[in-house]
Amino acid sequence: MSAPLIDVDNLTIRFRTDEGLITAVENVSFDIAPGEVLGLVGESGSGKSVTAKSLMRLNSGNAEYDDTSRITLNVPGEPSLDVLSLKRERDMKPVRGGAISMIFQEPMASFAPAITIGDQMVEQLLLHTDMNKKRAKEISIEMLDRVGIKEPAKRFDQYAFEFSGGMRQRAMIAMALSTKPKLLIADEPTTALDVTIQAQIIDLMKDLVSEFGMGILFITHDLGVIAQTADRVAVMYLGRIMETGAVRDVIRRPAHPYTQGLINALPKLDDLDAPLTPIPGDIPSPLERPSGCVFHTRNPNHVPGSRYEREVPPMTEVSPGHFAALFPEDVPALQEPVR
Amino acid sequence: MSRPLIRIKDLSIHFPLGRRLIGQPPVLKAVDGINLDIPKGSFVGLVGESGSGKTTLGRAILRAAPITHGSITYDDGQRTFDVANIKPRDLKEYRRRAQLIFQDPYAALSPRMTVRDIIAEPLEVMGLTKSRAETDERVREIAGKCRLNLEHLRRYPHAFSGGQRQRISIARALVTGPKFVVADEAVAALDVSIQADILNLLKSLQRDLDLTFLFISHDLSVVAHVCDFVAVMYHGKMMEQAPTRQLFADPQHEYTKCLLSAIPSLDPDDRRPARIYNPEETA
Ligand SMILES: Nc1ncnc2c1ncn2[C@@H]1O[C@H](COP(=O)(O)OP(=O)(O)OP(=O)(O)O)[C@@H](O)[C@H]1O
Ligand SMILES: Nc1ncnc2c1ncn2[C@@H]1O[C@H](COP(=O)(O)OP(=O)(O)OP(=O)(O)O)[C@@H](O)[C@H]1O
Ligand SMILES: [Mg+2]
Ligand SMILES: [Mg+2]
Repeated sequence: MSAPLIDVDNLTIRFRTDEGLITAVENVSFDIAPGEVLGLVGESGSGKSVTAKSLMRLNSGNAEYDDTSRITLNVPGEPSLDVLSLKRERDMKPVRGGAISMIFQEPMASFAPAITIGDQMVEQLLLHTDMNKKRAKEISIEMLDRVGIKEPAKRFDQYAFEFSGGMRQRAMIAMALSTKPKLLIADEPTTALDVTIQAQIIDLMKDLVSEFGMGILFITHDLGVIAQTADRVAVMYLGRIMETGAVRDVIRRPAHPYTQGLINALPKLDDLDAPLTPIPGDIPSPLERPSGCVFHTRNPNHVPGSRYEREVPPMTEVSPGHFAALFPEDVPALQEPVR
Repeated sequence: MSRPLIRIKDLSIHFPLGRRLIGQPPVLKAVDGINLDIPKGSFVGLVGESGSGKTTLGRAILRAAPITHGSITYDDGQRTFDVANIKPRDLKEYRRRAQLIFQDPYAALSPRMTVRDIIAEPLEVMGLTKSRAETDERVREIAGKCRLNLEHLRRYPHAFSGGQRQRISIARALVTGPKFVVADEAVAALDVSIQADILNLLKSLQRDLDLTFLFISHDLSVVAHVCDFVAVMYHGKMMEQAPTRQLFADPQHEYTKCLLSAIPSLDPDDRRPARIYNPEETA
């Protein structure tokens, strides 16, 4: 097997704040191969955006990476790059808009208000490719067209405020894809969109994966979107990965009570009488992270006094390639999916 | 059948689109000739793409958007209001009976007020209670129904999670004892685990307090679960209205079919591209 495009190993990120040191991400490992889509799901505050930004070294100055954390970028045909060891701004060029591109959660913040959308797209291309200006404009207009923006040549000369929320999101996606990145990080790219436009964007991203062999880290809290786009999925809670594996395995046979809770809370169209079951309790503040398994305080099956209160459970294999943060005795026996 | 709580007839709401010197100024038809009945005690879902006029329609019922043409009638058996022509002295009484739950639990709550004061504010602004003791009593009662305890009432909203904040917004909307509530994307900003809790809360409040809801949402799976009846809007027009089960099992309008086909399925092996609505083809 060839090296993965991005290899994240034992990533731990803390923030220095007035209230103390906050652990935002803890011992997170995953990799993404070329042409593969990894979905990252989890509730608000679970550390999805912080994880994603670390791949481009975009976390703010108060972020601290653990000494044992490694992020390795392997662009085919180029020497591999140890992302966390990059010191100077100019060394970071390959991971910022070159080999890696990111669609940010807040589309308005991603465009400068006083420069036209087109000029910003062209600038991005001139910075990261060896295209000339004329070609950069052609490519930009072509990308606007591909994300479903009508009359792209006219829209090219408009400013962000002249776009609706959904159009801004699509322009952001066009800009992120125009440099043909090896890895695309899409942070909640469709949450601001209504379902019909969301479906169009998802279809477009799938086309681009097969066309360019691009890898995608797809962040969302919508499991339906994950089921439709990702090959594999990692489920995060309070900075830790609770479960990871092929999308089919994780969604059909969730092994971790957190994943089971997320799926039970979802309203399902094929059973309108099924009760909606919330996960009990509230997400603890990052300043009060529970010891042991971070989820034990909300786990409805938790047995008081069990070792989940003190010990961090290992990632135990449930079935080939499917792992859950459980002690081996709690891994459900492999059974046929109910369907 | 008894009279509906809300009856909307041929309603249009136009917004001016810039000025023109000669002739009619151009207008944006945010709501364009809509008819809709909201039965008493029902949970009516309003869906449709972004910009289709859902919020504008909800605001018009609450008398917070200008009515260009048509009528909205409110009739709860005790009082009747012709919403477009409410007299200023009746407005307070109407606002007490028709309330809004906001979308964003983070933006909606003032950070400098305690939870008690936030929930009490509508009572105080409308002068509905005679003493502080009476206000406290009403606040405590509704807070309890929204599963907030006395300890919560003393704190400030920043100390609360998204789900708790949304419960505070709901308590504030319900403290005046409304009969009709517009919930505009009331769960959109919440995580699924908390969303389920808020939806269950809204349903139980509907039963306990005999409320009628207009539930605006772009999440069709949520609408399918909580609503009795669904109305589908597109470009300011009503495309289809039907009981929930009927609409999801057998949609009639091409736009509804496209909308339903775009719901991302939880089955990874069911990956069909969504149908795209093309009004010219089907008109
Ligand atoms: N610059 C920072 N300083 C201090 N804490 C931070 C900083 N950035 C993020 N955090 C904290 O790190 C944790 C993880 O945040 P992150 O934004 O990654 O969550 P998320 O999973 O993306 O959530 P959402 O679904 O709401 O986008 C949170 O507790 C957040 O408050
Ligand atoms: N006060 C206003 N002045 C001018 N135009 C307005 C005003 N309020 C709404 N509009 C326009 O009316 C149309 C309908 O908007 P509305 O907010 O009702 O849509 P919506 O269905 O709620 O959309 P979303 O799902 O994005 O919330 C839009 O084109 C909007 O730009
Ligand atoms: Mg985030
Ligand atoms: Mg709206």
